[in-house]
Amino acid sequence: MSEPVEPDTSRRLSRRHLLWGGAAAAGVGAATAAGVSIVGGTSGSIAPTSSGDATTAGFTPQEAFEGAVPFYGAHQAGIETPAQSNAVFIALDLRDDIDASGLRRLMGVLTDDAARLTAGQPALADSEPELAVIPAQLTVTFGFGPRVVELAGKAAPSWLGPLPAFGIDQLDPAYCDGDLLIQIGANDPLTVTHTARMLLKDARSFALPRWSQSGFRRAAGAENPAATMRNLFGQLDGTGNPSPGTTEFSEAVWSTDVPSWMEGGTSFVLRRIAMDLDGWDKIDRLGREETIGRTLDTGAPLTGTVEGDEPDLEAKDRLGFPVIPAFAHVRRAKENEAANKMFRRGYNYDDTVLTGAESVSNSGLLFAAFQADVDKQFVPVQKALDTLDLLNTWTTPVGSAVFAIPPGCQEGGYIGDTLF
Amino acid sequence: MIRTKKTFSLIAVLAAGALALAGCSTTASTDSDDTMESTATTLTTSDTWVKAIDSGMTAAFGMVENPTDHDITIVSATTSASDMTELHETLENESGDMVMQPIEGGFTIPAGGMLMLEPGGNHIMIMGVTDPILAGDDVTVTLTLDDGSTLEFTAPAKDYSGANENYEGDDEMDMDHGDMDHDDMEMDE
Repeated sequence: MSEPVEPDTSRRLSRRHLLWGGAAAAGVGAATAAGVSIVGGTSGSIAPTSSGDATTAGFTPQEAFEGAVPFYGAHQAGIETPAQSNAVFIALDLRDDIDASGLRRLMGVLTDDAARLTAGQPALADSEPELAVIPAQLTVTFGFGPRVVELAGKAAPSWLGPLPAFGIDQLDPAYCDGDLLIQIGANDPLTVTHTARMLLKDARSFALPRWSQSGFRRAAGAENPAATMRNLFGQLDGTGNPSPGTTEFSEAVWSTDVPSWMEGGTSFVLRRIAMDLDGWDKIDRLGREETIGRTLDTGAPLTGTVEGDEPDLEAKDRLGFPVIPAFAHVRRAKENEAANKMFRRGYNYDDTVLTGAESVSNSGLLFAAFQADVDKQFVPVQKALDTLDLLNTWTTPVGSAVFAIPPGCQEGGYIGDTLF
Repeated sequence: MIRTKKTFSLIAVLAAGALALAGCSTTASTDSDDTMESTATTLTTSDTWVKAIDSGMTAAFGMVENPTDHDITIVSATTSASDMTELHETLENESGDMVMQPIEGGFTIPAGGMLMLEPGGNHIMIMGVTDPILAGDDVTVTLTLDDGSTLEFTAPAKDYSGANENYEGDDEMDMDHGDMDHDDMEMDE
């Protein structure tokens, strides 16, 4: 039966407290595992929390899972935030009848969802609130394609649009472009999935998914979070990235030469790169290292001893040949790098194998890069790799998308509010 | 007593202890002459929302807390979405079905207690909606309390597939519960 709740002390913990227990605790740096409890039925009454719950008593979640990343700020989270173990990138296409007013409503709803979920709270009208209580460093990052900017009647950054066609591309439209990007990252795959489900449900009357790409790194806590990710070729992937929190990072990532609504924003490129693991298997270790110009174990350039060493592109071996070959990936990338590097924040993918296919893998890399200017920082490097890079033998870009990542918002605002 | 359906300019008053993490709008206003005291004088609301709908019936949900030292009864409600609003409770009828019906005497929230308004449970029924309530729209809800004061809050509209409950005396009403089940139809547009 439904009655307002009596002021029983055991019931002073409201549903919010029950469900938000994890977040509230994280906010003060404490761990009240008992606060992560389940609310009783739908009768309108609240189940008292049981501090003696056998599944939570004496259990303290690790920081990687309990911690919440602030949602509001000058920049969106999920860029400078240390990369979480799991991510999904989703592009949506706006329905044909969506206008500027619909766009504002959409971003208001999605922003509210993201703000609550990243804090470890259920979204409003969250029908699975129990799935929301472990924030696990959840971030939700939004990006806009050209149509969104056009709907808002604003000027787009010059680089917003499809990349130039590259000779190595074998693009599948099923992994290209889109009106709205949602990047969701967390150290818990269930948190990622619930967040995606919640946002897509709320976007449904405005926009439908165009593509969705899931990726992973090593599990949170398995290695130093500062370590460079390894891709499925076994290579360190992202060496030389600007370090978050540095001036180098800010200059490389946050856009300056852009329309005012984009100040504090950045650009995002997602390239889905299929990797021929079966072909790579045929290459011995020495050949693999020369292909890249780095050793596989430490990631050091062939001219150095540690990952951070600058590759010496002039160094010659005793026969006078370059130590880092002309076709090496690192040479091609390095020689065409802008003063400001792009910031790579990629993920591996390993999808279900294709029925009847000779290959036993359907795997690759979600090459995700943030940079202040796509044309200055991304395109020149990709052009060089396109014309000569031995790694192309085993890698094929099959998806490509570019989005403008608007700045963050303050509480009471919404992502994209600078457009209106 | 405030009876207008127009949206008021809202004064955001964050309830003591409420987490302000999500930008949810908790607004308490009273038109009585009470001066603000250090102790709570009226109800607070949080996590409020309305199910988006094209027309017909829908409902407002959320949490209402009574931080005061005395019982408070919500006797009626009005909204900016329509002229017809009722306070509904969920009951088991004689045949064992859970049905909703107007609650006699309103919702009484004991001192220090709280009331959950949620799909499948107690809710503020909004009837006779003629202008679509679109996801992301704000609906203003004004509660009238037993002391004559009012409490106003903003409830954003959200698409929601649930909240398709039966209503006691459905057959006698012009609008059946199917009106609330609009989302599925919209999806095909």
